[in-house]
Amino acid sequence: MLAFALRRLVQAIGVMLVVSLISFVLFRFVGDPVNQLVGVDTSPEERAALREALGLNDPVLVQFARFIGKAVQFDFGISYQFKQSVAGLIGQRLPATLELSFVSALFALLVGVPMGVYTGLYRDTWLARAFLAVSLIGVSLPTFLIGILLIFVVSVNLGWLPSFGRGETVRVFGSWTTGLVTASGLQSLILPSITLGLFQMTLIMRLVRGEMLEVLRTDYIKFARARGLSRRAINFGHALKNTLVPVITITGLQIGSIIAFAIITETVFQWPGMGLLFLQAVQSVDIPIMAAYLLLIAFLFVLINFLVDLLYVAVDPRIRIGEATR
Amino acid sequence: MAELADDKTRAVGTAPEPADTARPGMLARALDSDLFYSFRRSPVTVVSAVVALGLVLSAVFAPWIAPHNPFDPASLSILDSFLPPAWAEGGDPRFLLGTDDQGRDMLSTILYGMRISLAVGFASVIFAMLVGITLGLVAGYFGGFLDSAIMRVADVQLTFPAILIALLIDGAARALAGPRAYDEIVFGVLVFSIGLSFWVQYARTVRGSVLVEINKEYVLAARLIGLRASTIMFKHVLPNVLGPVLVIATINLALAIIIEATLSFLGVGVPPTQPSLGTLIRIGNDFLFSGEWWITIFPGIVLAVLALAVNLLGDWLRDALNPKLR
Amino acid sequence: MTARPMRVTAGVAVRAAFVAALVAGAAGAAAAQEGDKTLRFAFQGTLNALDPYSLNETFTLGMLGNVYEGLTKRDKDLTIIPGLAESWEVVDPLTWRFKLREGVTFANGNAFNADDVVFSADRVRAENSDLKTRLPADAEFVKVDDHTVEVKLKTPNPILHYEWDTWYIMDKEWAEANDMVDPVSARDTSPRPAAFTANGTGPFMIDSHEPGVKTVFKPSESWWGTPEHNLDTVEFTPIAADGTRVAALLAGDVDLIDPVPVQDIPRIEANPDTEALTGPELRVIHLGFNQFDDVLETSDVEGENPFRDPNVRKAFYQAIDIEAIKQRVMRDLSTPVPLLIANELFEGSGQFERWPYDPEAAKQLLGDAGYPDGFTVGMDCPNDRYVNDEAICQAVVSMLARIGVTVNLNAQPKAQYFAKVLAPGGYDTDFFLLGWTPGSFDSWNVITNLAGCRDETGKGGPFNLGGYCNEEVDALAARIVEETDTDKRNAMIGEAFEIMTSETSHIPLHQQSLVWGKRSNVDIVQRPDNQVLFYWATVN
Repeated sequence: MLAFALRRLVQAIGVMLVVSLISFVLFRFVGDPVNQLVGVDTSPEERAALREALGLNDPVLVQFARFIGKAVQFDFGISYQFKQSVAGLIGQRLPATLELSFVSALFALLVGVPMGVYTGLYRDTWLARAFLAVSLIGVSLPTFLIGILLIFVVSVNLGWLPSFGRGETVRVFGSWTTGLVTASGLQSLILPSITLGLFQMTLIMRLVRGEMLEVLRTDYIKFARARGLSRRAINFGHALKNTLVPVITITGLQIGSIIAFAIITETVFQWPGMGLLFLQAVQSVDIPIMAAYLLLIAFLFVLINFLVDLLYVAVDPRIRIGEATR
Repeated sequence: MAELADDKTRAVGTAPEPADTARPGMLARALDSDLFYSFRRSPVTVVSAVVALGLVLSAVFAPWIAPHNPFDPASLSILDSFLPPAWAEGGDPRFLLGTDDQGRDMLSTILYGMRISLAVGFASVIFAMLVGITLGLVAGYFGGFLDSAIMRVADVQLTFPAILIALLIDGAARALAGPRAYDEIVFGVLVFSIGLSFWVQYARTVRGSVLVEINKEYVLAARLIGLRASTIMFKHVLPNVLGPVLVIATINLALAIIIEATLSFLGVGVPPTQPSLGTLIRIGNDFLFSGEWWITIFPGIVLAVLALAVNLLGDWLRDALNPKLR
Repeated sequence: MTARPMRVTAGVAVRAAFVAALVAGAAGAAAAQEGDKTLRFAFQGTLNALDPYSLNETFTLGMLGNVYEGLTKRDKDLTIIPGLAESWEVVDPLTWRFKLREGVTFANGNAFNADDVVFSADRVRAENSDLKTRLPADAEFVKVDDHTVEVKLKTPNPILHYEWDTWYIMDKEWAEANDMVDPVSARDTSPRPAAFTANGTGPFMIDSHEPGVKTVFKPSESWWGTPEHNLDTVEFTPIAADGTRVAALLAGDVDLIDPVPVQDIPRIEANPDTEALTGPELRVIHLGFNQFDDVLETSDVEGENPFRDPNVRKAFYQAIDIEAIKQRVMRDLSTPVPLLIANELFEGSGQFERWPYDPEAAKQLLGDAGYPDGFTVGMDCPNDRYVNDEAICQAVVSMLARIGVTVNLNAQPKAQYFAKVLAPGGYDTDFFLLGWTPGSFDSWNVITNLAGCRDETGKGGPFNLGGYCNEEVDALAARIVEETDTDKRNAMIGEAFEIMTSETSHIPLHQQSLVWGKRSNVDIVQRPDNQVLFYWATVN
């Protein structure tokens, strides 16, 4: 187990280095940060001097080495636009994104799994058909359109829920703020979480349904029926349990993509998280923020993959670590 | 929807027929196949197929059926802008679905836009399939160093969410090519960046199937009689994994169209003078509050219907090809 | 405010050719909650560092103008009025004397005096300052006594104090104690916490500031003036997406938004609780041509640059139906202009008229120039900088198509756009759209910046993207800057504009409009320079 974990750790570091190098090379082409740092009246000479001072004239590899050298000490430099330390900024914004992602994932699971079980068990009822149809619409509309329509209907026309932002937040410890303990914070979470979680909910529901359909056909379920076990015990004790391995895996892997897709949800709802920070950074070519964000995303993905692997091993004894690749 | 589920219980032939079947009988055989039987038995699937085919055909033949050419600036008049649909008050019979902010006929623009969306979708899926299948076959068949190298690259790839890949590649391409050349290569850039986020799925699926097939006797036999590796892979192994690949491809097609739309929302993608469906929705989004709903709703409906039809086809295909659900 | 009459330059001061829109909100019939008067304000951009010399940008400076003050201020109609200087006089053309206001304190309680002015004059011209152009580099600031400062110039400058309303005075002692002597800059290698607090003399102070998320302002108890607002708190939130910002106003989650997309005005007006506040903005949107290069890279014309022929430029001008753009793209919220400067900012602008829209004449001109069948050219356009910028460009493309000119439009976000078309990108553009507001509200700024002969690096006319060059205009500009007689000065400005117009140096399009959205119970003054000033806001 330890050797397995260590090997994955080394791989993870490699993956993160590659990710950051690729992204770093690409940054050069996103635009000229200097234009965003100064007003329009600034002379070309001053712009050139600033470019030199920021080290933007150095070769990419030199810039990259400098970046990594500092990143290992958790120093991601200073944001060009905010003129604050990037680590601090991300620290401020991370809670918003994590809370949103967590609630979205929870929503996807809590709604997706029961709907999946139901549609798997009672395939022919009109409710099951309705679930399926609605879920398909969820994956057939772009996230941003869903968000905008929700704001338009629920916030503007009905006036039920806030249209943007996190509501009131409370500082828990350090720079961690939470919106989970205030009424306005909880209200503000509803629309963005639905928007962000809808796609994953559909995915989970369809996955559970598919797995249920398969499992219900297996021999041991037939035997269980033959043994006269109650329907309830079969459905939930045996069938659902067996669908959980893929569900755990997929949900785990989806957390990463939830965090990534939060970029769009956060833009639509002006949610003050990392995704919004990243998009603002892309628009104003704030390289330190972009670099740190991508590194963090890579880290989260690697971490999640790692955890899912471990969980997989724990849940499914058939998987032997030594032969992980074949 | 229920019919769709029902058919899984029907026998579905997936074993590939020998290639030397007499040609004249092909169509008859196809119509007589189990796959077609399951297709015919599912009205939802039939409707989806008809709708998808209709949309694809009208997109392909857009230059002939569209009443206007929205891409010809000389034919546009800004004074025709913001006209509502022909049946609404203030509508103009020349413009059945109304006009957008530039005075373009919505119907024509949607037809031309769908052409672009579908082209991007198909091209990126084909691109991803080619890359993914090839790498999957190579990884699975040869194993060893090649295998782990390819799969590690796949891991890195998975670390980057599709949206981020596309944002970065687009930024880089824009700057590398220069804006003029960029307009010419934007299509390629989109296909590349969307396709790039898909290939891993194919590679993993194909590799997995190859690992299963490779130990079967027919492959061993083929090896023994000295057939070349490429022959074995493409002629014998590949046909056996086409089913799952086709399913992934269908679902990816819908996803690609939606990702293109999302990218366009983030300001990346085809130029607004030659809009895709996503670009149209993004433009129309600006006019949602001002009452010019037709600019965003019509393209939105077309996008949703297209994605829904393709998704339903993918659903059916997956269930129909899944031998476990027989 | 018992200012002595300004002896000189008052005549030169910006004429209040218009009165800022002071909207009387609907009488707040709904009983407002007593005690808590909060103004929740959302803008499309973010407020970052609070150092008033870090970024020369209207919005940031406007927000800081609630907290900081300059020696001069600008009134609701933009007239220059006394700020921290009670009065001033020009002793001789090279010496100005400012009498400072007494009894003023900074938010931290420190007294304001001449040392602070001298310190601020040095700081604003320091290496890292982005507002260096506010003061002449060679002007010397001398403390005469605690409340008198003299400015000694090397060359006469009648518009010395025109931009001083945004040169905010900082507290010397506070800056020295908080590592703020150097202006905060992107060059800094370690964060400067004090840059996120503010210590000004103004009517508000910053209560909390989270860049990109939320900034809270509270009224300053110790302000020297008499408050015209009734606010207890101002909460600022950036909301970048247009739709979300409008939705937030409609849903009652904010009280004031800037800007409102022009097409959403009817929706906001239709809502009983909200209304739009519109007024002219001083920014002029114009199109420009590359006249610098011998051939146009984006064109199919070989061996020559068609834009060097004034007939071609005039043909483009006359092909553009500015009224259609006004009516359809701008929804009547624009003012077509004949010059590169807003009508209000130049007294002589009434003598000028636009070339008429006339596609036939345009075709004729194009034929005379040797391009009867037109040609192809690339156009650069920002898509998130000005009101409906991209839509304007698209309209121009289709209008030019009608005289046979094929325009390939490249519309991109401002970061990429400016990187390409400005000096660092080598002025890489053949045909472009740009907006310009003269910081000093004066024509000289426009003529030198947009039409001064320049070299490859931009020396001469940094924002003359197309490289238009006429030595007569340059000579006039050199004389305008030193001329202290208003009439003579205006005559020379008129002469320069006459030359530019006759040659179609650029195509002026229109002044765009300011559109703010507010809840009906909010009253606020909308100044044409688009600064959002809470000290003129009331919540009923």
